[in-house]
Amino acid sequence: MRHLNLKTLLIGSTMLVMTATGAFAEVVFNRGNSADPESLDPHKTSTVYEANILRDLFMGLMVHDAKANVQPGAAESYTVSPDGKVYTFKMRAGATWSDGSPVTADDFVFSWRRIVDPATAAEYAYMLAPVANAEDITAGKKKPDELGVKAVDASTFEVTLNAPTPYFLEMLTHQATYPVSKANVEKFGADFVKPGNMVSNGAYVLKEFVPNDHIKAVKNDKFYDAANVKIDTVNYIPTEDRSTAMKRLEAGELDSNDDIPTEQLADLKAKFGDQVRIGPYLGTYYYVFKTDKKPWDNVKLRHAISEAIDRDYLAEKVWQNTMIPGYSFVPPGIAGYTSRFTEYAQKSQIDREDEAKKVLAELGYGPDKPLKMEIRYNTSENHKNTAVAIQEQLKPLGIEVTLLNTDTKTHYGMLEQHGDFDIARAGWIADYKDPSNFLDLCKTGAGNNYAVYSNPDYDKLLAEAAASATPEARMAKLSDAEAMGVARDLCVVPLLYYGFHTIVSNKIKGWEDNVMDIHPTRFLSKE
Amino acid sequence: MLRYVLRRLLTAIPTMFVIVTISFFLMRVAPGGPFNQEKGLNPVIKANLERVFHLDQPLWRQYLYYLQNLLKGDFGPSYNLPDFTVADLFASGLPVSIQIGSMALGLALIVGIALGIWAALHQNQGTDYAVVALATAGSTIPTFVIAPLFQLAFALSLKWFPVGGWGDGAWVNKVGPILTLMLPQLAIVSRLMRGSMIEALHAHHIRTARALGLSEFSVVLKHALRGALLPIISYAGPAAAALLTGSVIVETIFQIPGIGRYFVEAALNRDYTLVMGTVVVVAIFTVLFNFIVDLLYAAVDPRVRYD
Repeated sequence: MRHLNLKTLLIGSTMLVMTATGAFAEVVFNRGNSADPESLDPHKTSTVYEANILRDLFMGLMVHDAKANVQPGAAESYTVSPDGKVYTFKMRAGATWSDGSPVTADDFVFSWRRIVDPATAAEYAYMLAPVANAEDITAGKKKPDELGVKAVDASTFEVTLNAPTPYFLEMLTHQATYPVSKANVEKFGADFVKPGNMVSNGAYVLKEFVPNDHIKAVKNDKFYDAANVKIDTVNYIPTEDRSTAMKRLEAGELDSNDDIPTEQLADLKAKFGDQVRIGPYLGTYYYVFKTDKKPWDNVKLRHAISEAIDRDYLAEKVWQNTMIPGYSFVPPGIAGYTSRFTEYAQKSQIDREDEAKKVLAELGYGPDKPLKMEIRYNTSENHKNTAVAIQEQLKPLGIEVTLLNTDTKTHYGMLEQHGDFDIARAGWIADYKDPSNFLDLCKTGAGNNYAVYSNPDYDKLLAEAAASATPEARMAKLSDAEAMGVARDLCVVPLLYYGFHTIVSNKIKGWEDNVMDIHPTRFLSKE
Repeated sequence: MLRYVLRRLLTAIPTMFVIVTISFFLMRVAPGGPFNQEKGLNPVIKANLERVFHLDQPLWRQYLYYLQNLLKGDFGPSYNLPDFTVADLFASGLPVSIQIGSMALGLALIVGIALGIWAALHQNQGTDYAVVALATAGSTIPTFVIAPLFQLAFALSLKWFPVGGWGDGAWVNKVGPILTLMLPQLAIVSRLMRGSMIEALHAHHIRTARALGLSEFSVVLKHALRGALLPIISYAGPAAAALLTGSVIVETIFQIPGIGRYFVEAALNRDYTLVMGTVVVVAIFTVLFNFIVDLLYAAVDPRVRYD
């Protein structure tokens, strides 16, 4: 942080000094991140705030490039067995931990056993679910050393899967699958995450962590591609207050921030121009009906309400176009997959309203028997505005909508316990670029299946997709599943696709917008 | 006196025990738990987490377990920030909050007392109205308005101070938070001081002092001030306990790493151990400052005796 003091003291002049001294000056990237990480232990994390930092500190078998495409990382190559179940990874020659010791297949065996071990209680243990025995180990039915991983030799890591998993390589970019150094964890135990203790195999090493203030990471000279890493120091600064973050960016205290106060979008665009970046992000904002409760078990009624909701208005007026109207659960943008939309996606709002009115009348709802519905949502100004807009949109149909706001923990606690509700707000951001990451949520008995939707045919389609011979066949089956479970049965009511909305100073080069909103610091530079 | 001190310290123990007990059970009444989130966890994983943090045990056992650890000075791990223990979080954040809070309160007391005396001595004159107006403004403009205004004026326009951040505790980073926290306190202190000073100046012993021909300086600062300080002292005790334990608004807007935010975050996150930590810290500060207030009373007011 010392440079920050200096900069704040000298403000403009520091910038001059930095450019004047050119190549000799330390290049510092002050990166605003909405929240501190929950943990820097890759196996104990779950949010994108950790992902943003851990991506710089560690390197999985596969990594994302600047455009979020998958490329080899800690593994320099891999082979897949003809049946698609055995992956053999060749460790990158000469790749080491930041203490200089080699990254070995043993480290991966140790790490993967660690994350599935119930004693680790890893929130993202399910990222390894495709690996043989992983789920049984997490459930305590098998021992961690029964996991389908093997160090054939120090530089060959072999993974056996339950079934062919086309998105397995994509999953390997997730922080849950990152290696930790066996020697390091054994030496320090849980304290290996502390600055000074932690060794990592990514482009940066952890230097400081002051909670709610900053995390400082410096370039790892031992990184195999260190020659191409242009930023020397990254400070991840938690910027809970977005308005302050914008002012800090204006003052040059921050170079980027992963969020903007969307309600000020017009002003921000006027002030910062194309430094404000908005684009599609792989996530869906949806509502969910309690489908095992009357009258919401009636799919016609669910559709009538869904149809009457004006998503264009929500996207434009409530979310200032930082979200995109959505009619499918899987957002467009996954290569090879065709999202399936509800049939009224293309119709005009007026026609949709008329149709919805007709259905309601058919079902016997009218002025003397109004339909009553309560929308539950978790605390947030935008969630509230969305719910209020929907309340207004449904009023002309004679639907009496009431709103119930609770804090996040109460909201999701209620949904998880399958409490009593009519319709509730939820959202899902993809962990990896694959439709199954969304569609699994509608599977019978799935943890996040808040609708309690249960359809054996849908489950069967997902199972068939998993067993498909080719990726194309699999995507087709998944698409069929979405057509049935979402477009036809509305196990979720898609409302909006998330958009990323970030702000990046013109001084930062190499920032490529992508649907995962992933921007590893190693590919960036600063003028 | 010593017996009084001992007695007060001993009665603090059952007080703390009652506070901890009530908070522990009250907190569990809130629906949801630390592991409910937008991306729900699969039941097996949630069960593993609950086991690791002993949340699968009956509540009474968790309570005994917590008390036992607390007696050993162990506040437990934070559920939502597992890299840190609750003690780590306070060790890192409390010094920040204490620095900001004590500077704000100290300045508010010095300036506020001076302004209050000044206004009282010029009652119903221009200066008095100015102080009263300042006090009214200071206590009605909320900190979430003052803080962004400070940032706009002094950081973005004049560039005297940084917008936010702690900067390893550089003084430029502290000015904004301290002034923002100080203003409302200054308003209250100066108004309290003005009122009690006016009252004190009308007291019999002051009339006597004046009749004896003592200098105005001696009358005001030696004789009137003593009595007039009592309301300030009783206000400053709880105020100190509140200010030294941080302010969520000031910390969030200036992005400084104090503990004020934990009061809100921990409760919203159902981070039970961190909630308990904040409760214990505030309780200690409150008990301590109330005690100091009582001691100061005895020192300032000759009528108060603890024997």
